[in-house]
Amino acid sequence: MPTIPPSLYKSRPVYPGLSWIAGARRHLITADGEGALAVLELLNSADQETRNRAILLYTPGGSKQLGHGAKLAPLLPGACHEFPSIETLLFRLNVELTRANMSTRLYATGTEGFMGQVIALAQGHGVNPLSVKTEHRGSLARRVQCVHCKGFMDGVTTSIVACSHCGISLFVRDHYSRRLGAFQGVIVNAEVAEEIPAAEELYP
Amino acid sequence: MIHAHDIRVRVTAIEEVAPRTKRFRLQAVDSSHLPQFAGGAHITVALGDDDGALRNPYTLSGSPQDRVGYEITVLRAADSRGGSAFLHEQVVLGQEVSISAPINLFPINALGRRHVLLAGGIGITPFMPITEQLIDLSQKFELHYAMRSDGAAPYETLLRSRLGHRLHVYRSDLRERINLESLLEGQPLGTHLYVCGPERLIDGAINAGKALGWPGENIHFERFAGPPPGDPFEVRLAKSSKAIAVGQHQTLLEALERAGVEPPSLCRGGACGQCEIPVIKADGELLHYDHFLSEEARSSGRSIMTCVSRFKGRELVLDF
Amino acid sequence: MSLTFRDETFRDDFTFRNSPAAIRRFPFPFDRDQYMYSVNMEPHSKGPAGSATEFPIDIDEHYVSEMRERALVLQQDPLRCQSLPHMITAEWDLVELLMTSMADSYPHWFSLSRNGNDWHWINRPLGIDQKFTFGNVATLPYPPMEYITRQCQGDFSLLDQRDDNIWMDAGIATTQADWSLDFDIGMNFMEWHAPVPFAHQMGVFERALKYLLNLQIDKPVRRLNWTMTINPRLDTSPEQYPHWGKDRTQVTAENVGDKVYLRVELQGLWRLPRSNAIVFSIRGYLASLSELATSPKWARRLSRVLKSLPDEIAEYKGLSRHRALSIAWLSQFEDDSPTSPGCGPD
Repeated sequence: MPTIPPSLYKSRPVYPGLSWIAGARRHLITADGEGALAVLELLNSADQETRNRAILLYTPGGSKQLGHGAKLAPLLPGACHEFPSIETLLFRLNVELTRANMSTRLYATGTEGFMGQVIALAQGHGVNPLSVKTEHRGSLARRVQCVHCKGFMDGVTTSIVACSHCGISLFVRDHYSRRLGAFQGVIVNAEVAEEIPAAEELYP
Repeated sequence: MIHAHDIRVRVTAIEEVAPRTKRFRLQAVDSSHLPQFAGGAHITVALGDDDGALRNPYTLSGSPQDRVGYEITVLRAADSRGGSAFLHEQVVLGQEVSISAPINLFPINALGRRHVLLAGGIGITPFMPITEQLIDLSQKFELHYAMRSDGAAPYETLLRSRLGHRLHVYRSDLRERINLESLLEGQPLGTHLYVCGPERLIDGAINAGKALGWPGENIHFERFAGPPPGDPFEVRLAKSSKAIAVGQHQTLLEALERAGVEPPSLCRGGACGQCEIPVIKADGELLHYDHFLSEEARSSGRSIMTCVSRFKGRELVLDF
Repeated sequence: MSLTFRDETFRDDFTFRNSPAAIRRFPFPFDRDQYMYSVNMEPHSKGPAGSATEFPIDIDEHYVSEMRERALVLQQDPLRCQSLPHMITAEWDLVELLMTSMADSYPHWFSLSRNGNDWHWINRPLGIDQKFTFGNVATLPYPPMEYITRQCQGDFSLLDQRDDNIWMDAGIATTQADWSLDFDIGMNFMEWHAPVPFAHQMGVFERALKYLLNLQIDKPVRRLNWTMTINPRLDTSPEQYPHWGKDRTQVTAENVGDKVYLRVELQGLWRLPRSNAIVFSIRGYLASLSELATSPKWARRLSRVLKSLPDEIAEYKGLSRHRALSIAWLSQFEDDSPTSPGCGPD
């Protein structure tokens, strides 16, 4: 399984891993793709009372054919909700956060881009990002924002990528914005148009 | 950073606002405007017969809109090392004292969507300007105020008219107790809790928050326990090659300041960590009274928080 | 004061120039003949008459043209000025800081009269006469931070303090050296400094953060930072990099003296009273190598600093393509004689 290497750059978030928050009356767990496996481990470590307080919002993403959702559902009868996409999951999360109180704690696991979007949404509800439990699972693919046209791209796995909006060749900087839930993409050949280094598969 | 006491003020009003509790109004000697402050800020006041021997922090309890004068509200502490006793018994109308510019270590969190304020007794002081400010900003808040009995703590009447149903008073003589768990349980996301009062109130709120799974980032508190007195001791400074005597009612920080070596400091309550100085040698016992150092850091004996902590033994050498 | 404001551009035909007096007061940042990374923070106290630090906020001969340039950038890209909703109190704090400072320092150009919250601001160089109610956004033509920073040289950011960190939650950046406000807004002190090489490992930012968390009212601090820019271009943002990147390839042995500019940032930090936020001002000064060389000491020292600069820092500052050309051009002033102490000119 690919893991995110410790970064020299301090704007990279760290994802210390999921663990239950003692005392919370409600555990609002969000996961995409392989994050399901982190949730399975978490649920298996819990007593029945803790599980009764948990609700899971899950979207399979690239792991659809692996059928993780079916393994999760029996552990959380009536409280395991599967969504066809990140967008639809976030829509439901927004509703849950509107009804939540301070004893509701948030968990996010899966790809970095997914966790970034969950945290950004929660921040809009007054949740401190430092208070969200996170664990990276699955692809290292990055969500990237083009600094020039401001367009976003999901699932970027290479060091250099053509912006899907404006077409500029972007170098993916190791500079991350929590607010945007994205890394910064900056034109790679602004100085000499012909100088475009080969793209490397850095974030499989 | 150096704590300059560079504002000269004159005491222009003294009023007893509750038993053993006096409000002092301070205006600039040169009649100029005082620096703007925000709720939660404190100043330090240089006190004592020997001007500036003691430097105590006092929360500003007046209105942030008032640029002409600051107000502090001071409880005559039973175990005062001299600061509050001096203010209560020695300071008279017209007297001049030196103060620092305001410092705010207990500000409102600007991202908060709702604010729960919790005061015990004299711990009401920061909430006087804070409530005024929250009203100005149209923020949602409630104030819970615990006191011994009717009139035993200041500003209840004023707060009733200012806050109406947002004020909740708890009198221990009527056996009214704040149920912290039920107070915190239903608070919506984005709520911040602010506590100022006795240690047991602060610890109770922290524990109630923990029991409910509140994130620590949303709980703010200000402890106002003054530095304890203790036996006199001597300290040697390695860099400035000075030997300094610390008196019984003086803090190590104050002794260093008197010696003119400009030590760092900020909160003067053992909370903020700014006054930490490395210890080179301690042949004896470091008496740590701060809330900043971890257990591990304390037992390592590598540093001392000069604003509250003391020393008992033969020789203390600091890297300063 | 007899200063006249220059009519000049920072793009296209680049008519920006410094008068001899402006060169003499240029805040040359090097106090020795060797590169040294340092935080070099010091109290922002009154400097010598005529210097860039004589007043807390420096207004110089480029004021009117710089404000015109700022308006052009904002017209193209409004994201250069942003403020998260909780920063409105800090915005008003900034209005007070800048208006009072500008009116105190330059009473012939700016005036502020206050009666409670009824304020009257006059900006003569820009022909502005504005009555407004302090604290009421509806009484100004722009949001408060944008209103006053359209009238003040330098980029500004407003830093909220919470969770033992400071957060860049508002700002205006139209004259920046390759950082994006739109991307960095909402980041904390460690995060927005992430791309700086070396300093993290040296613990520089931890120490600087502790210092800034305890910044006190009425005790502002400052430091100098520097980089180099091709042409007197103020807007070297990453957003516009496709537009200015190729400038770096156009430096030749013939044009280097007039095309390469030393860009110095006078950075100031103030604690704001109502919001407990910090304002971080980044005031840029440009001088071409030719202008600097009117003081041979500066030419000698700059060439020695550039020679001793580690490659990683040169790359981070974007100097790699023209460093050798700059050193070669400056070497005509190199006579191996010592330079006098201090940063000032000969």
